[in-house]
Amino acid sequence: MTRHTLKWFATPLLLAVLIAIWEIYVRAFSVSPFILPSPAEVGVALIDVLSDPKTYYQIWVTLFETIAGFLIAVAIGVLLGGLLGKLRWLETTISPLIVGLQVMPKVALIPLFIVWFGFGITSKVVLAAVIAFFPIMTNTILGIKSVERGHRDVMQCLNAGRWETFRDVEFPNALPYILTGMEVGIVLATIGAIVGEYLGGSEGLGYMAVATLNAFDVQRMFAVIVLLTLLGLILYFAVVMLRRRLTPWHQSVSTDARI
Amino acid sequence: MDKAALRPVPPADVPRINLKGVEQRFGPIEAGVQALTRVDLAIAQGEFLVLLGPSGCGKTTLLRIIAGLLKPTAGTVEIAGAPLWIGDRRNDAAMNELGVVFQEANLFPWMTIEDNIALPLKLRGVGKAERREQARELCALVGITGFEKRWPRELSGGMRQRAAIARALSCKPHILLMDEPFGALDAMTRDQLNIELQRIWMESGCSIVLVTHSIREAVFLADRIALLSPRPGRLDTLREIPLERPRDIYVQSTDAFGEIELALRKRLDSFA
Repeated sequence: MTRHTLKWFATPLLLAVLIAIWEIYVRAFSVSPFILPSPAEVGVALIDVLSDPKTYYQIWVTLFETIAGFLIAVAIGVLLGGLLGKLRWLETTISPLIVGLQVMPKVALIPLFIVWFGFGITSKVVLAAVIAFFPIMTNTILGIKSVERGHRDVMQCLNAGRWETFRDVEFPNALPYILTGMEVGIVLATIGAIVGEYLGGSEGLGYMAVATLNAFDVQRMFAVIVLLTLLGLILYFAVVMLRRRLTPWHQSVSTDARI
Repeated sequence: MDKAALRPVPPADVPRINLKGVEQRFGPIEAGVQALTRVDLAIAQGEFLVLLGPSGCGKTTLLRIIAGLLKPTAGTVEIAGAPLWIGDRRNDAAMNELGVVFQEANLFPWMTIEDNIALPLKLRGVGKAERREQARELCALVGITGFEKRWPRELSGGMRQRAAIARALSCKPHILLMDEPFGALDAMTRDQLNIELQRIWMESGCSIVLVTHSIREAVFLADRIALLSPRPGRLDTLREIPLERPRDIYVQSTDAFGEIELALRKRLDSFA
């Protein structure tokens, strides 16, 4: 069975089986719809949500927050990572500080961000950026530092200057690492935007999820969660495709790869 | 590929490479390792010199010193009469005389074969069209025509080394330095590439310094063999190889070849 068949046939099949089990479970054990609605009910709620034009505005808000935060994280993460990767002394100095910031639960900073940036979109963008930034920067540093000694020898023998070495060796070498960091980063940016909306917002899919819960409309809440998941998936695969496009030479991108 | 004719050639009595009193020490005076002591060696233009010796005799260290990757702790290195090191600074102009091939091909995986081969030209400001043309010629020289647009990971080890040799030759250097270039390859490919290397050498007219621990390879390729002994590394003997050129693979089965090989083997065994 080829990978192609597996993905396009077996995966939907598995999904269908899981949904069927869910349906059977809810019916067999008479689970209250306030705890776990049946797939059918969630499906109906989903159609309802998607027919509401206001939903698309909410989707757009969350999308904007996520992508804006992500792009900021990429810009600062790659820049800082590049700098720290090349300047060892700087990295040694700053590193403990960065580790400290990294392990701090950023979610705990949300009230602070709201005080600083208000209840609007800005605080969510900042949160998304802050969370997504770390894996991107860390991976960039690793990528720059992982240049093989043999490759450096080659550039040395060719009398290459520092800029040429960066352009022709260090950066292309680091690119797969950076893009992998971005794959992690986009997911974190999505989470950051949504959690930000949970805890202090009035717009977006995260806010919708909370609002539907407060209204005890559990089916609708599940529908929103499905939408959120789809959003995350689409963004994630967009970055994966980018990685495949930009680094076709890498071992991880084999010639017969699909999604 | 009449490369030899295109470059101004210094007078014949100036050796291409001249090493005097070269020493290399790693680590502090009291507790370090003396990798090389008092190496004096002159390599003539167009000569094929092989550095032969067991592991740990310092042959790779010596090659890296000639390649300008390592500054010797004592002694001088001159390339075509010009010193390689001026104080602590490397004479980059002298480096332009050298092409280096490592045991790992060290091709950049993010560039196609032709981009890899043309990289030295790109760094010297040669235009795109001309680079492509030169790369194609070099691929033909080393025998990998048709693979110009492939990624390095798509090529076999032998072909990657051919590409690495092509890259080293792209700026038409007078000296080719090779550190066990065929060490990572199987025996048959190795024999094949030895023959190719002899052909490329005879066509280009450059000097070659090759490091190996294979006695057969050394005797097959060399005009002279520099035998290095370990602990500490020193130049033990310099031996001329008077076998006629061009040498084919069958010369390895002749008596003359066998005698030289035996003599070297005995000498090497005496180092143990």
